[in-house]
Amino acid sequence: MAKRTAEPFLWLLFSAGGMLAAMLIPALFLLFAILFPLGWLGPPDHAHLLTMLRFPLTRLALLGLFVLALFHGAHRFRYTLYDGLQLKSHGDIINGLCYGLAAVGSVLAANLLLRVL
Amino acid sequence: MSGDAGLDYGGFYARWYKPRLSRFWWLRRRSYLLFVIRELTSVFVAWSVVYLFLMIRAVSQGDREYQQFLEFSRTPWMLALNVVTLCLVVFHTITWFSVAPQAMVVQLRGRRVPGRLILLAHYAAWVVLTALVAFVVLV
Repeated sequence: MAKRTAEPFLWLLFSAGGMLAAMLIPALFLLFAILFPLGWLGPPDHAHLLTMLRFPLTRLALLGLFVLALFHGAHRFRYTLYDGLQLKSHGDIINGLCYGLAAVGSVLAANLLLRVL
Repeated sequence: MSGDAGLDYGGFYARWYKPRLSRFWWLRRRSYLLFVIRELTSVFVAWSVVYLFLMIRAVSQGDREYQQFLEFSRTPWMLALNVVTLCLVVFHTITWFSVAPQAMVVQLRGRRVPGRLILLAHYAAWVVLTALVAFVVLV
């Protein structure tokens, strides 16, 4: 019963996360993981990044992106294991692992973005 | 013939038929392979979140930690992984947008908005948001 009520909600997280990830991650990742490390663009200095990250809207946007993208990934990976590797018989372990990791990541992200910064 | 020595061919045999699909069915065709790559984007989306999280954590710890993170991001292994990640994240974006016209039925004044327009709107939004991210980070 609990499973049947959770499923539409998980698909909603999957959709929202997929959309946010599709729209925002390429730009962020291109800048911070490729262009700045390669030196094709000068990396922003620490003070500028800190100011930007302390702006409440930035923090909320990043938290929303991180949490939803993690649950998007967890949901999709779960079905990859179910269908691709034919592991549906181990459903409980897979669900616990996928959504559990997404939940742990979400808590860490919330702690960093809402408390530490 | 019916009633043959009490043997019943119905009912039981259906249970014995279990079609076994190879675990490597997805290597058989290009379209299957593309499907599996699309599914594997989940791992790279997750890694990109972890990477950005580590970067922000380094920034929160101070300038020295941020510089250390920049050093770490320049190592060849990290760069190689991140080039692959960028490719798969962009693949996620393209495949995500390409199914949007089927997933979204938008009505405007009683008429269904054509799929190509919905696709175009997604790419337009992508361009705008990419520019916004670049503006916020760089300016």
